[in-house]
Amino acid sequence: MSTNNGNVLEVRDLRTYFQTEDGTVKAVDGISFDLKRGETLGIVGESGSGKSVTNLSIIRLIPTPPGEIVSGEVRFGGQDLLKLSESEIRKIRGRRIAMVFQDPMSSLNPFMKISRQLMETTQLHLGHTKREAREHAIKMLETVGIPEARDRIDSYPHEFSGGMRQRVMIAMALSCEPELLIADEPTTALDVTIQAQILELIKTLKSVTGTSVILVSHDLGVVAGMTDHLIVMYAGKVFEQAPTRDLFATPGNPYTKGLLRSVPDPTDEQGKLYQIPGQPPDVAHLPPGCPFAPRCERAEELCHREFPPFVQLTAEHFSLCHFASEVYEKSQAEARP
Amino acid sequence: MLRFILRRLLITIPTILVVITITWALVRLAPGNFYTGEKKLPAAIEQNIREKYGLDKPWREQYLRMMSHIMVLDFGTSLSYPGQPVNAIIGRALPVSATIGLLAYLLALAVGIVAGSVAALKQNSKWDYASMTLAMLGISIPNFVLGPILVLVFSLMLYWLPPSRWEGFPSWNVVLPVITLSGIYMAYIARLTRAGMLEVLNSDYIRTARAKGLSESQVVIRHALRGGLLPVVSYTGPALAFLLTGTVVVERIFALPGLGHYFLQAASNRDEPLIIGIVAFVAIILLLMNLLVDITYAYLDPRIRY
Repeated sequence: MSTNNGNVLEVRDLRTYFQTEDGTVKAVDGISFDLKRGETLGIVGESGSGKSVTNLSIIRLIPTPPGEIVSGEVRFGGQDLLKLSESEIRKIRGRRIAMVFQDPMSSLNPFMKISRQLMETTQLHLGHTKREAREHAIKMLETVGIPEARDRIDSYPHEFSGGMRQRVMIAMALSCEPELLIADEPTTALDVTIQAQILELIKTLKSVTGTSVILVSHDLGVVAGMTDHLIVMYAGKVFEQAPTRDLFATPGNPYTKGLLRSVPDPTDEQGKLYQIPGQPPDVAHLPPGCPFAPRCERAEELCHREFPPFVQLTAEHFSLCHFASEVYEKSQAEARP
Repeated sequence: MLRFILRRLLITIPTILVVITITWALVRLAPGNFYTGEKKLPAAIEQNIREKYGLDKPWREQYLRMMSHIMVLDFGTSLSYPGQPVNAIIGRALPVSATIGLLAYLLALAVGIVAGSVAALKQNSKWDYASMTLAMLGISIPNFVLGPILVLVFSLMLYWLPPSRWEGFPSWNVVLPVITLSGIYMAYIARLTRAGMLEVLNSDYIRTARAKGLSESQVVIRHALRGGLLPVVSYTGPALAFLLTGTVVVERIFALPGLGHYFLQAASNRDEPLIIGIVAFVAIILLLMNLLVDITYAYLDPRIRY
């Protein structure tokens, strides 16, 4: 099933471009990463950095046209998902790779009872009969903490609150016991108190089922306690990649440092919150050098001219920056008080 | 739900009364009368006619008398078809209009929904362009142009189909009027279906359905069609009302003795009871169809509760 080195998923040089009237948008431009079995990988970045497109590319749900996976490899369970036929990839979607989307309000079909939406997955993939599927659906709803699941299973989505709907989405995603769960900003549309519950739920279910998880977020707080590894994306590129602990302690990229400084610190009484200057780049018209250079405090003339190298800092720590080592060493100095 | 239906049915009564009043006022306000012809009538005869039909009474009295009859659904006797009750004329004309109308409706729905769905699913393909071009033509060509062209081609040139007249149902005579009548509705439904389906197909819950591993046809039939067809439902209710109650132009072109035909006769003869009778009947059907749409809506969209 898995490849010999214990990776569930290996993404190599994935490129997904969109043809727009404004030109070619390189939403994802040469992304590579591995996900070990049972681990959680976090992907962070601002809006439009390519986080969601990366995940939709993995299960090939990019709307074509205008989008197109131009090149790359997505190795999952010994096969390249990008080379599968449409009917082969359908057997993987929902069965072996499941997704939870950002907005539970609009991600469930408003015209269909929860029961049918849950049952249809297991009827399709596990060959459940109606009765089996129904029992399984009730069990899944109980697992994700929906009280009185047996009575509520025939409700419509609008009869549930946002948090409850996200629980239903999670139940739906996990009902075929997938090897990989992709949660694309699963808590962004929810209240803060509900966010914590949903994250806790994902964490618990993950430890019970042993599913590997990709957790996408623009919120560093969300990914901090949830993930083993982190990828920081900017303008369709991986800017930094490291074990979560290392990335928080000793960031090796000015962009990551900026992101970390933008997190509000309640112990800091100094009023003003730091923000990275400028706007996320227009991905259709990227500058020739480093895409972050116009906003970067460390940028020099070189950064505007030449695309930065992907520097290896430690065995598992990489950073896309001309001055990666320098930034990393500075972080190390700061971390050692 | 039952309370909603009862309430809506009760509201229809005052609505119908207002419609009748306005129709009556319009007929009365127009110059001339049902007995006026090219030759001026002698004063004594005119006086006799006015007395016979109660036209010499004050208008308030005439209005109340008419309304009191209508309250018991008696629309009186036609003036241009002497001795024939309006109800009998409607009863005779309705089956003709309803047959043509219902067939046109079914044709428009079938063709419109299929064409619209195909256009949405294969957006920007040659199928999309072809069906939308046809829809554009369908909307742009008025039925008084389409009808004669069809007659010219299929009856007068190819001798395939009879050009006119009502010979009951089923008969080949209904083919051309049904196509002529459904043309514009077909086109509208195709466009509405396409727009509705496109919106739904790009929605989050369709992405969820695809992420589950459902095939494209399962996604469309189980998940997309219902939401995508909601705009069509709200359009087809009133459309059905108009189709069932006849259209003047098409019945005229094909010499069909339907409601539209009698309405035209009534209007040109100033046949007040018949005009009011047909208008009231059409209004009732229209209101019922709107009610039906609202009920269907609640059935299709569980979020709607009355």
